[in-house]
Amino acid sequence: MTLVLEAVVFGILTGGVYALMASGLTLIFGVMRIINVGHGALVILGAYLSFALLRSANIDPFVSLVITMPAMFLLGVVLQLVFIRPLKEDREALSVLVTYAIALGIEGLLGYLFTNNFAQLNAWYETASFAVFGFHIAYVYIFGFGLCLAILAAIFLVLYRTTFGSAVRATMLNRTAAQLVGVNVDRVSAIAFGIGVSTAAAGGVIFGMTNAFNPGSHYDLISRLLTIIVLGGLGSLRGAVIAAVAMLIIEDVTAVVISPVWASFAFFLLLVVVLVVRPQGLYGIRVRERI
Amino acid sequence: MRSPARVRAAKWTALVIVVVVAALVPVFETDPATVNIAVFTAMYVGLATAWNIMGGYTGYVSLGHAAFFGFGAYAFGLVLAHLGIQAGYEPFVFVPVAGALTVVLALVIGWIALRTRAATFVIVTIAMMFMIQLLAENLVGLTGGGSGLSFPVPPWSGDFFDTPFYYAMLVMALVSLAISWWIRRSKFGLGLLAIRDDEDKALAVGVPAHAYKLTAFMISAGLVGMIGAIYGYYVTYIYPQYAIDPLVGISLVLMVFLGGLGTLWGPVLGAVILEPAQLWLAYNFGASRLYLVVYAAVFLVVILLLPRGIVPSVGDLVKRLIARRAIGPSGTASTSSDTHTVARVQSP
Repeated sequence: MTLVLEAVVFGILTGGVYALMASGLTLIFGVMRIINVGHGALVILGAYLSFALLRSANIDPFVSLVITMPAMFLLGVVLQLVFIRPLKEDREALSVLVTYAIALGIEGLLGYLFTNNFAQLNAWYETASFAVFGFHIAYVYIFGFGLCLAILAAIFLVLYRTTFGSAVRATMLNRTAAQLVGVNVDRVSAIAFGIGVSTAAAGGVIFGMTNAFNPGSHYDLISRLLTIIVLGGLGSLRGAVIAAVAMLIIEDVTAVVISPVWASFAFFLLLVVVLVVRPQGLYGIRVRERI
Repeated sequence: MRSPARVRAAKWTALVIVVVVAALVPVFETDPATVNIAVFTAMYVGLATAWNIMGGYTGYVSLGHAAFFGFGAYAFGLVLAHLGIQAGYEPFVFVPVAGALTVVLALVIGWIALRTRAATFVIVTIAMMFMIQLLAENLVGLTGGGSGLSFPVPPWSGDFFDTPFYYAMLVMALVSLAISWWIRRSKFGLGLLAIRDDEDKALAVGVPAHAYKLTAFMISAGLVGMIGAIYGYYVTYIYPQYAIDPLVGISLVLMVFLGGLGTLWGPVLGAVILEPAQLWLAYNFGASRLYLVVYAAVFLVVILLLPRGIVPSVGDLVKRLIARRAIGPSGTASTSSDTHTVARVQSP
C-alpha cells in the first residue's frame, strides 16, 4: 500500500513537470494550429544548456534558468519566424515535418557536442531527501514541482489577466476574427512560440535532474507529451495539466502494481481508451477540422 | 480526362523503359554496395507509394507507418520460424501472409485512430507506433524482446546476396504503384479525394467515408507490412528500435512531400532522389552525429522551397508553357490550372 501511495505521490510530482512541458506544446498548437514535434528535443536542449552551464561555470541548474529561459524564448521566436511563418499551404502537415526536422537537427547537434552518452544534472537537492509516509522524496521533486506550479500560474495569469493574454486567447479561438479586431496575430504567434519553448527549458532542467538523458531522449518525451495534449484536448491548457498528472499517476501505479516494463504501455493504452469514448479528448471541443 | 492516344503511347513507352532499366540494375551493376543502395531505394519507392494512398489521396497524414513496417517484419519472422521454412527463395512465398496480418493490425488501429481527424490523427498514429514498439520489446516470449528476432540466413554468396531482395523490393514497388494507379482512377479513389478535400461534404453526398478511409488505411498498411517483411529477411536480424524506427516513418513522408503529395509518380521521384542521398549522407557523415544535422537541413530546404513537391510544380510549369505556345507568346491565357491552391481556403 505504501508503494502505491508512493507511486501516486511521485505521479503527481512528476506529472507537474509534464504538465509544464505539455502546456507549452498545447499553447503552441492552440495559437498556431501546428504540432511542434520538436518540443521534446527543445526540452532536451534546455537540459543540455543547463548541463553546460553547470559543468563550465558551476551554475546551479535552477539558477541557470535565469539565462536559459530567455535564451530559449529568443530561440523560439527565431524558429517561428524562420521556419513556421513561411508555411502557407497545408500548414498542419508541413509544420509536423518542419518541426521534426528541427528535432533531428537539435539531436544531431547535441550528439556532436555532448556525445550520446547519458548525462544527468547534479545538485545537492537531487540526492538529499526527506522521509514522509514511510518513503523518501528527494528535494528536487518538491522544488521542481514548485517551480512548475509557479510557471504554470504565471502563464495562466498572463493569459487571463492581461491584454496580451486576451489577444492570445482570441487568436486561439478564431485567428481571422482576431486579426479583424486588430490583433497582430503574427506577433502573438511568435511570442506564444517563444513562451512555449522557454517552458521547455524549465521542463528540461527538472527532467534532466530526475532522469538521465541523451540526445535521443526526445523521442520518448515527445510521444508522451503529444499523448498528453491529445488526451487533454488539443489547445486546452487545463486539459493538458489534468491529463499530465493523471497519466503520470497511472504510469507510476502500473509500474508498482504490474511491472515497470508495462508502465509506458499503460500510458498509451489510456489514450486508446479515451479516444474510443471521447475522440475530442477531455477538454477538447468537437470541431469539424479540415486538413 | 483521357489524354490523346499519342500521349498515352508515350507514357506507356516511358513506363516500360523505366521498369526495364530498373529490372536490369543488378545485371549491369554487380558491386554489392551499389545493389544495396538499389534495394533500399526500391524499398522506399514502395513504402512512399503505399503511404501516399492514405496520406496523399485521403489526406490523413500518418507518422506511424513505421509500426506497420516493423510489425510486418516481426510477423514474417515469426511465421517463418513457426512453419519451419528454410532459407532460400521459399520464404518470399509467405510475404503476403505477413501482409494479411498487418492488414488485421491496421483494421484495429485504424478503427480507433480514424475516429480522430487532422492533427489529432497525426499524434494518435505516433502514439500507436510507440505502443507497437513497446509490445515488440515487452512480449519477450514471442518477439525475443530487446535481444531481437533472427531470420533464416539465405545461403547466397556475397556478390549475389542483394539481387533476390532487389527484385522482391522492385516487385513490391510495382505492386504498390499498380494499386495506387488503380485507386487513382477508380470510384473508390474519387471518394478518397473527396474525403481529403472536405470530409463532411463527401459524407453528405453519399461517400461512405468511414469504410473508405479505413479501407485505404488497411491497403496502405498491408503493402508497408509486406515490404517490412522483405526488409526483415534482408537484414536477417531485427530489434524493436530498428524495425520500428520513427525515422523510417518520417523519411517516407518527406519523400512523398518532396515528390508531390497525392500524385502517382511523386512518391517514386521523392524516394529515388532522397534515399540514395540519405545513404550517401549516412556513409559520409555517419560517424559523427552531424549526419542528422545535414539531413535536417536538406529536409528544411525541401519543405520551405518546394512545399508542393516536384511533380505538381513541374506539371504547372509544363501546362503553362503549353498554354502559352497555344495562344502565342504575347497571349495572356488564364493558366490557373491549379484550382487546387486557388480554391483552398488559407488556414491559419
